[in-house]
Amino acid sequence: MAVVRIKKDFHEARWCEPIIYELSTPGMRGILVPMPDDEIKRAAGDVMSDIPAGMRRKELNLPEMDQKHVLQHYVRLSQETLGANLTNDISEGTCTMKYNPRVNEDLAANPNFAELHPCQDEDTVQGILEIYYKFEQMLKEISGMDRVTFQPGGGNHAVYTAASIVRAYWEARGELDKRDEIITTIYSHPCDAATPATAGFKVITLYPDKDGFPDIEALKAAVSERTAAIFMTNPEDIGLYNPRVDEFVKIVHSVGGLCFYDQANANAFLGVARAREAGFDMCHFNVHKTFGTPHGSSGPANGALCVKEELAKFLPVPTVGFDGKKYYLDYNHPESFGMVRDFWGTAGVILKAYAWTMNLGADGLRECADISVLNNNYLEKKLLTIPGLSECYQGNGHRRLEQVRYSWEKLKEDTGVGTTEVNYRAVDYGIPHYWFSHHPWEIPEPMTLEPCESYSVDDLDEYYEVLKQISKEAYETPEVVMNAPHKAAGHKRNDEAALDDPKKWATTWKAYLRKHRK
Amino acid sequence: MSKPVYPYIPNSVPEQKQRLLNEIGIDSVEEIFKEIPDHLRYKGEMKLPEPFLSEYELRRHVEGILNKNKSCKEYTNFLGAGTWQHYVPSVVDEIITRDEFLTAYVVGDAQGDHGKWQALFESASMIGEMTGFEAVNKPTYDWANAIAIACRMAARMTGRREILVAGNMSPRRLSVVVNYCKPEIKVEKVKYDKDTGLMDLNDLKAKISSNTAAVYFENPSYLGFIELQAEEIAKIAHDNGAEVIAGVDPSSLGVLAAPADYGADFAVGDYQPLGLHMQWGGGLAGFVCTRDEEKYVAEYPGLLYGITTSVKEGEYSFGEVFYERTSYASREKGKDFIGTTTALWGIAAGVYMALMGPQGFRDLGEGIMQRVKYTQGLLSNIKGVKVPVLKSPSFKEFIVNFDDTGMTVAQINKALLEHKIFGGLDLSQEFPEYGQSALYCITEVHTKEDLKKLALALDQVIKVL
Repeated sequence: MAVVRIKKDFHEARWCEPIIYELSTPGMRGILVPMPDDEIKRAAGDVMSDIPAGMRRKELNLPEMDQKHVLQHYVRLSQETLGANLTNDISEGTCTMKYNPRVNEDLAANPNFAELHPCQDEDTVQGILEIYYKFEQMLKEISGMDRVTFQPGGGNHAVYTAASIVRAYWEARGELDKRDEIITTIYSHPCDAATPATAGFKVITLYPDKDGFPDIEALKAAVSERTAAIFMTNPEDIGLYNPRVDEFVKIVHSVGGLCFYDQANANAFLGVARAREAGFDMCHFNVHKTFGTPHGSSGPANGALCVKEELAKFLPVPTVGFDGKKYYLDYNHPESFGMVRDFWGTAGVILKAYAWTMNLGADGLRECADISVLNNNYLEKKLLTIPGLSECYQGNGHRRLEQVRYSWEKLKEDTGVGTTEVNYRAVDYGIPHYWFSHHPWEIPEPMTLEPCESYSVDDLDEYYEVLKQISKEAYETPEVVMNAPHKAAGHKRNDEAALDDPKKWATTWKAYLRKHRK
Repeated sequence: MSKPVYPYIPNSVPEQKQRLLNEIGIDSVEEIFKEIPDHLRYKGEMKLPEPFLSEYELRRHVEGILNKNKSCKEYTNFLGAGTWQHYVPSVVDEIITRDEFLTAYVVGDAQGDHGKWQALFESASMIGEMTGFEAVNKPTYDWANAIAIACRMAARMTGRREILVAGNMSPRRLSVVVNYCKPEIKVEKVKYDKDTGLMDLNDLKAKISSNTAAVYFENPSYLGFIELQAEEIAKIAHDNGAEVIAGVDPSSLGVLAAPADYGADFAVGDYQPLGLHMQWGGGLAGFVCTRDEEKYVAEYPGLLYGITTSVKEGEYSFGEVFYERTSYASREKGKDFIGTTTALWGIAAGVYMALMGPQGFRDLGEGIMQRVKYTQGLLSNIKGVKVPVLKSPSFKEFIVNFDDTGMTVAQINKALLEHKIFGGLDLSQEFPEYGQSALYCITEVHTKEDLKKLALALDQVIKVL
């Protein structure tokens, strides 16, 4: 056991890097391109004259830099980024920031994976097809579902794919005009509302009862012959497991609706409970969360959508099949609605997730669930002793599973320091920005933490010590917290309104120069 | 048998686990799992394969499976069609495999994650320069997703409910777009000239109406040709109050005009050719670019990383532009939906664009076009092979027809495998009007020897069978 020390002397790298255009010197080259040899050039002649004048490139304003300074610039920017593998990233509740094993990066860099073209003859990609097929079998076992697609490029994309399947299902039955409502809950991820809306459904949102659980009476009032489906998480993003989830499913099924289980929070129940036993028709996994692959600063990710056999005919094509001898791309989904992404999905994520799962096995996955909920309950008990901090629905008699939504409401009342300021201050101790809550903030001054199995007791203790310290500062020297961060790579923005002002905002350097450097 | 200690799970050490239990005040984790009612518990045991607990055995196992693949490093590859083989500079791989970028979270504000925000802002700035636009979003899932986003943006902006697309756009991308536009937006194909591939402007004029939200075409197109009528298409669209969406392969933008310069209102495309490994199609990442006008910016569904200033004099900062429009902020009332997409690939493309600079892209584009022309010359000498099929100039992809060989593309491609060559994509299903044709792709990775090897192999394959 190490001695837990708050990193009081932490200071993130602060390189004050110019924008890359400011580093440009005319004529410099970062890399040279392999040029065709003279025989090719002679034979080809003046190819540029094949392009009519109107279609020819005029100027191209890109930085001109030597290679060292490109490398240096980006290495410095990387040093100004708090990746999960180098920090105590309990911070990202709902996002399951696991350790991302280096060996899996080595495997993904293997030319026998990295240099595969998606349209190669199937005989030449039997290896990656095998990995897709076998990983599908694993997810079937973990979820209890019958078929899986790996085409969606992330969790939200998988939920959108589920909404597309709901639409295809009702279209096939000729009832889409009548079945136009999808129900969700307010503590389900925003995508459970937004993706059905994108797919053309009206969205009905259920609010919780007094204990924080989705209100079953509200559901009974909401379902009707218009109900196309319900999209819900469990445990919800506040960490409470809805014990009546199967009743929810039965109520929706009783009016003919489909039930989709958003399993973004699957780390809480690997090997403990499955979508099938609760009666769901579909579920998804955020492969990049639950199966230990890197978040990549926001992708590439993968959303594996799992369905029961009755819905398999609607899945995006292709999936991967096996005929006993050979793996192949399977287009046999006769009522498929099409594709959600070009080619076959983010194959690197599937490869890494396969390796991660093959390292742990069934016992290891169950260990993830066990340690996640233990870590969370340990941290919760300690954090709730911190002045100014509480949790939502505190004292409702239910334990949280893998995450907790806390509230700094009392701290704000007492000191003026709210969750935004605490969050900025935590960075001064080397802690990545934590996740507040999705909007709307039903819980005032929220903070959502998820100490998954990758974190040690020392990590948990450190996190507690840091928040305790910040609480103390808020009561004693609030200005220190209000002006934080002091030791991060960057300081607080000085004009938040500028980001919403068309005259000031700039998503590119060119726009910035035009608006601010006239 | 007791469980092993897992290197990825520090508290799997029994004593550590016991500390947790003691502190919580429970005897077993089951006291927490009681929250899940008994009838919902999974009573069976997950039947997963026996794990490889040691890293060495795991590596042997996975590498053993991967060794069943044949890569484009081992074979000479002429497949493109949406994922392209370009050289990936070492600096790019170095940057995106650093744990800082690789394992950073999605949001994370621009103080602790200042570098991530800056890198993504710079990528947006550079692709904006390539396409000629000043507003650029965070990377999308892929090019297809980018088209779909642009179509829905255009529909919301114009209040119109129809999209016209080039009839020979990528069929897979079209499939994505059609689904994404459902149920309210109709997607209709515009005819094209079979001999040139170019859009049939008469058909465009016949189909465009006051209900047309946007016209989409690709340049260079899926079939490789350059859409020479881009300006005319844009004019017809604008005359009818429709938006113009141009899909581009950015590796062409050192030699081909910026879409903004020929009248496009949106440029969409894929970052993959800019320094991303193919990864069996997993290297895709889309971009959407528009003018920096409120009516466009207000309709973006994705995150927009904006530059601003901080409380410290002279320091740049970054933040979310117009966040309220997103589904993170406004759930079903937001614009479509967002989520984790492909940021790391966006960072990679930024590093690539900075390394290449303007001259790099000019050299790349011209060198590819020279190789293409040279290859077409070589192949046209083979009996029964017709190339080029299209009469308009092409960039890095072109159709080769094999009708007169008496063989199918499938047969030819199987035979080419014996020569360690991946032949071009078989078009006979997607575009049957071209008979037994294949879409060949040539890039800067191809040497003269590679191209001669292809010609020689095709000659042999066609003669032998």
